[in-house]
Amino acid sequence: MTIKKKITLTVNGASITAEVEPRQHLVDFLREDLFLKGPHLGCEHGACGACTVKVDGQIIRGCLFLAVQADGSVVETIEGLTKSGALADLQESFMRHNAMQCGFCSSGMLLAAAELIEKQPTSTREEVREWISGNYCRCTGYHSIVSAIMDVLEARLKGEKIKPVVAHA
Amino acid sequence: MNKPADLKGLILDPVTNDQRYIGNSEPRHRARRLLEGQGTYVDDIQLPRMGHVVYWRSPVAHMKIGKIHTEHALGMPGVLAVVDGVQMATICKPWVATLEHLVGMKSAPQYALAIDRACWQGEPVVAVVAETRAQAEDALQHIEVEWEELPAVVSMETALDADTPLIHPELGDNLCFTRTLDVGSVDEVFASADIVAEATFGFGRHTGVTLEPRCQIADYNPGDRRLVVYHSQQAPHMMQDLYCRQFGLSESDVQVICKDVGGSFGIKVHAYPDDFATVGLAMMLGRPVKFVADRLESFTSDIHAREHRIKGRIAANKDGDILAFEIDDLTAIGPYSMFPRTSAIEGNQVVNLVGGPYKHQHYRAKLNVVFQNKTPTCQYRGVGHPIACAVTEGLVDLAAQKLKMDPLEFRKRNVIPDDAYPCSGISGIKLEVLSHEQCLRTIEKMIDYPALRKEQTELRKKGIYRGIGFATLIELTNPSPAFYGVGGARIASQDGATARLDPSGVVSVLIGVGEQGQGTEGIYAQIAADAVGISIKDVRIITGDTDVTPYGGGTWASRGAGVGGEAVLLACQALQQNILKLAGAILNKPPESLSVYRGNVLDKASGETLLPFGEIGRIGYFRTDTLPIGFSADLMVTRHYTQKEYPFIFTNGVQASYVEVDPDTGFVKLLKHWAVEDCGRVLNPMLVDEQVRGAIVQGIGGVLFEECLYDESGLLRNGSMADYLVPMANEMPDIEVAHVQTPTQSSKLGAKGAGEAGTAGAPGAVQNAINDALAPFNVAVFDQPITCEKILKALGKI
Repeated sequence: MTIKKKITLTVNGASITAEVEPRQHLVDFLREDLFLKGPHLGCEHGACGACTVKVDGQIIRGCLFLAVQADGSVVETIEGLTKSGALADLQESFMRHNAMQCGFCSSGMLLAAAELIEKQPTSTREEVREWISGNYCRCTGYHSIVSAIMDVLEARLKGEKIKPVVAHA
Repeated sequence: MNKPADLKGLILDPVTNDQRYIGNSEPRHRARRLLEGQGTYVDDIQLPRMGHVVYWRSPVAHMKIGKIHTEHALGMPGVLAVVDGVQMATICKPWVATLEHLVGMKSAPQYALAIDRACWQGEPVVAVVAETRAQAEDALQHIEVEWEELPAVVSMETALDADTPLIHPELGDNLCFTRTLDVGSVDEVFASADIVAEATFGFGRHTGVTLEPRCQIADYNPGDRRLVVYHSQQAPHMMQDLYCRQFGLSESDVQVICKDVGGSFGIKVHAYPDDFATVGLAMMLGRPVKFVADRLESFTSDIHAREHRIKGRIAANKDGDILAFEIDDLTAIGPYSMFPRTSAIEGNQVVNLVGGPYKHQHYRAKLNVVFQNKTPTCQYRGVGHPIACAVTEGLVDLAAQKLKMDPLEFRKRNVIPDDAYPCSGISGIKLEVLSHEQCLRTIEKMIDYPALRKEQTELRKKGIYRGIGFATLIELTNPSPAFYGVGGARIASQDGATARLDPSGVVSVLIGVGEQGQGTEGIYAQIAADAVGISIKDVRIITGDTDVTPYGGGTWASRGAGVGGEAVLLACQALQQNILKLAGAILNKPPESLSVYRGNVLDKASGETLLPFGEIGRIGYFRTDTLPIGFSADLMVTRHYTQKEYPFIFTNGVQASYVEVDPDTGFVKLLKHWAVEDCGRVLNPMLVDEQVRGAIVQGIGGVLFEECLYDESGLLRNGSMADYLVPMANEMPDIEVAHVQTPTQSSKLGAKGAGEAGTAGAPGAVQNAINDALAPFNVAVFDQPITCEKILKALGKI
């Protein structure tokens, strides 16, 4: 139980070396050892998607992926992707549509949506629904999330940016 | 009187002098952090010296607890304590969850950790605290409890049989609560009616599945004897009160803090045994203790809801008038009534609400609430409404079918007319003002009803079976003290708000109702900005801390907008008056000659800007020496609001569902869903739309997918998100929402609640749509969730 393994990885651009138990999941490592608040734990068996993070450019379930598996990898979470601006259009669009309520699913939902935008830039509403159906949202009913993603897809096709959400005058 | 005819034009009247935000789809500015991974949920909080607790829970539905062996676990690395029920009972009193106004209701004393017996699979028995969660879980494997399985009461159908074992022998039987209601000559009406239709409706148990599990950190400081509890909870003051009473503390000794809450839906408005146990452990150890339920624990220990079997019938005459309803409701609640709201409320609501939208004058209802050895049930989003609505609307469709009347026309003919209010419903409910007729007209247009029927008919010829289903509904919101207060439960129906002008000119509002994602903070900012007269950018909303917010009830029964919002309005209007008084003192002018416009005090007559709020703050706080002797600036005011005119303020609405049923597979495809909602004054259309949509999808979960399945011995068979089906994006339809606005006259704001009507109406609408699709086969299914299997069985295919 106390046997630990040394891992080195890059998290949100910072190089990290740590000793972890081989049984520790990546999301627990990110939350408990690195104090990140973005990736959440919802179901702990890969069903809900709240723990979604990026490893070497691909989204994964942080609760099914061991920290030791991330040794030598580049890990990105909502915090890092927010800072880099990679999610800015989606975040503005989610704000505009109120495509989050409690916000617990939002980190994972945004990462899933960002990958959709990258891989299926001409998706229809139905295809967006299918893509995000691995991410569970109990609050919104999904309608507004689909609308928010569609707006970004449409803006991208026109080469436009999503305008920042500001308070009404 | 508050009739829609008298209200004409009123809905357009502004609430404040310069209304910019109320009524508009203002984004939730403070929610941005949630999209950046910067929310602070309980599990994000780490305190120094914090221990982690896990619970050894009963592995069976009913067991006698023997000797508990803890020695091995105590010796495991990092273990701080192992505590059983007897030890816990030395500091935490047991409780009995009954309400005095539910006459005859009974329940047994319940302990934070079970003593002698455990009565459902998942009941906490032993607590293990360690320095890390992993260490606690490792030690949990070494807890040995000697136990003997006892016979379990699983089926509610036989719970009252003479040969069924008693769960709590001292109560005399397994009956928690029973109620009958008999209005009008029901037997005579059924005997002489032109048509009578009947059906038996089944409702599977389901649960809330909040994405963030229940969690808390209890931090007891032995030095100052103060308890701080960080909690993912909907009612912080309620929990503060309960901790005081169960542990013998006073209010000032206990602080409950609710930061971001990752979904609630009623799941997080109850006091769970492990809530008390976690607090007890923190007090025993004198250090913080964190509890975070894992998903399996959530499925077996979060409250369940909705397990009902209802025999219902309806009588109508050949002209198409509904004459009477009759129901017999059997429901089971687990082994204990849940603290402190009680588990009898759900069935009680069913009795109150069946037939609610209609003007019939004869009604009989019988309710039996029984105990069983399954997870306790209690209030979950909609509380009784989805059941009452599905029964009522299912019967209404059956009657329309028998009369060969169009179901929408039948509803139009029978709803209580919009000019009949205020009036009482047949069950005795008081209805202030509703708009059924207007809502039905609106939905007819929205769905282009004739075109939809035409499409259905055309497709049917091609062997495609589509169905259109309606559900008219009422929902109780803005509860008065008559809900819990009269029953002796210490649950506040009032709420308070404090509005403070800060020196910089920013207005901070402290309010007892918190935020779980509905957008309450957003609408409070809108109300505050309009009521004080400033930009929404200059408003801060502070919630979720019993040390600082005025005492209030929190989030339940759709009261955030109607009760909390009114408190904010009253406090902010009072603050504006005080700002004008201070400006008058500074300027040596009568306050009546001044007005507020967007963060400035103006001369009312000339419109000239005289003082910005920042200057008022500066003088009001730092240069009081320049003000007249005896003048008090009072830049912080508190106002409370209780809705006292009616037991509740009812809202209403109608939903329509369009589905396609494959008769070969029983598969139901949801094509589209529509809702017309009248929640009084709409404070933020976007947020209301999203409340309605999210609630509808939870209702769809209930009618099509969700069920806590038990085996014959009372073991939960589907305690994971992979096995318990919840709606995901690709199964859900687009949902169109329209509003009718009939403000309540019980408040200045006119807002009614909007959080639950979607969940109330969706099961009935989808059920009716499925049965409309199945009509050519002369079969119908009234057993929810309506699975493929049940449809195929009804069709005689399996």
